[in-house]
Amino acid sequence: MGKRTIVPFGPQHPALPEPVHLDLELEDETVVRAVPSIGYVHRGLEKLTESYDYESMTYVMERVCGICSFGHGWGYTGAVEGLMGVNIPDRAEYLRIVFHELSRVHSHLLWLGLLADGLGFDSLFMHCWRIREKVLDVFEAVTGGRVILSYCKVGGVKKDLTPEMVQRIVSMCDDIEEDMRRTGYVFMKDSSVRNRLCGTGVLSKEDAVELCCVGPVARGSGVDNDVRSASKWYREVGFEPVLYDEGDCWSRCMVRVDEVVQSLNLVRTALRNLPDGDIAVPVKGPAPVGDFAFRVEQPRGEAFYYVQGNGTKNLGRARVRTPTNINIPAMVRTLQGCNLQDVSMLVITIDPCISCTER
Amino acid sequence: MGILKFGGRLLSNMVHKPVTRNYPAEPREYTDRTRGHVEFDPGRCILCNICGKKCPTGSIHMDKAARKLTVDRMLCIQCGYCVDVCPKKCLSMAADYIPPDTEKIIDTYQVPEKPKEEA
Ligand code: SF4
Ligand code: SF4
Repeated sequence: MGKRTIVPFGPQHPALPEPVHLDLELEDETVVRAVPSIGYVHRGLEKLTESYDYESMTYVMERVCGICSFGHGWGYTGAVEGLMGVNIPDRAEYLRIVFHELSRVHSHLLWLGLLADGLGFDSLFMHCWRIREKVLDVFEAVTGGRVILSYCKVGGVKKDLTPEMVQRIVSMCDDIEEDMRRTGYVFMKDSSVRNRLCGTGVLSKEDAVELCCVGPVARGSGVDNDVRSASKWYREVGFEPVLYDEGDCWSRCMVRVDEVVQSLNLVRTALRNLPDGDIAVPVKGPAPVGDFAFRVEQPRGEAFYYVQGNGTKNLGRARVRTPTNINIPAMVRTLQGCNLQDVSMLVITIDPCISCTER
Repeated sequence: MGILKFGGRLLSNMVHKPVTRNYPAEPREYTDRTRGHVEFDPGRCILCNICGKKCPTGSIHMDKAARKLTVDRMLCIQCGYCVDVCPKKCLSMAADYIPPDTEKIIDTYQVPEKPKEEA
């Protein structure tokens, strides 16, 4: 047995897009134990519910995280709508699906780029981000923002799509699908990618269930807990969860590659069947006393939104439970016994979003 | 085969023009809906201060006595909420961003004494 050493990993590390710290206890090159610590980007956004009314809070909640900003806006407004007993128009539900799935496309492409960068495959990284740019351009044309969309509001969505915009989104989806055929193929078949990812950081189905994993981490281990399966609206646009059974880094990557293509199909179906009518209903008055919880399948997994009304315009409490928070124990489990060189890959494949986690 | 698929893409890169823009020589084009900065038309303002109360960052301040409205450009997050809530529609979102600066920009607007009638 070698001597034990502790290697600090992060919060500033080239492999990490966001600040998380790991204390890696090593025996020679093998990680025996990993102790994560978070808390570097806490901003106290939930506390702001005390100072802002529930509508202004939508814009704060969207800024919990830049990548899944639309999903946070949706989760929060969905919870407030539930609390106030508001039913939003069908067209708004469909538009929310469209923008949420487009957010998933750009989030997964961003992640695939980061993975390629972590692998040292820089041309692949740049191509993933080149494709992602098309989604951001459409976001800007439709909602006015490239990253923070400010598109959801309590009662529906803020801006409608014109027929030209629908056409533009559909042709962008076709375009990205064509690009993904080539780029996804590299992740699926390229030997250098496969050598690095296949068999690395295996998380068994039993472990994934025991550790309550969510999102692509769970689905890469064959656990179907996609929240979208439970949604009536998603069933209408033909949603089927993407599952891989291997549980290694490669299957977590392939879940995301396949989800990009699947999300493009969902967007096209939703736009084809887009109902006519209003895009929002007016919501007025104070939030009633009571509470409500709402779930959204974010690109990184299930996010849970809880709001509590106290009879005034300001909510008593708003709380978000984010997917990265739930997946950290799984990351720690896969880190045990891995090689030091694999640590960055294992951290990247849970797609950590520390800004969400700490809010 | 993987080499061929991706290699084709890499070869086509050599004949295509760059995906990125040669900024600032080639300026950025904004879309009609881009949320760049808040514009204020003092003529129609009724000093109700709804915008100031609703703004999630507190970037709009209103001095009713002096009939002055200030917008702190560096605090504003371009969410567009003030534009939605203004009852007189005197706030609007313009497409271009505020250029970078070395000091904090706070724009002050004087609201004229008699609000002009709406068209
Ligand atoms: S756009 Fe948003 S942050 Fe800016 S002044 Fe208006 S409400 Fe405030
Ligand atoms: S800008 Fe609009 S919301 Fe603000 S004080 Fe004037 S009228 Fe009221």
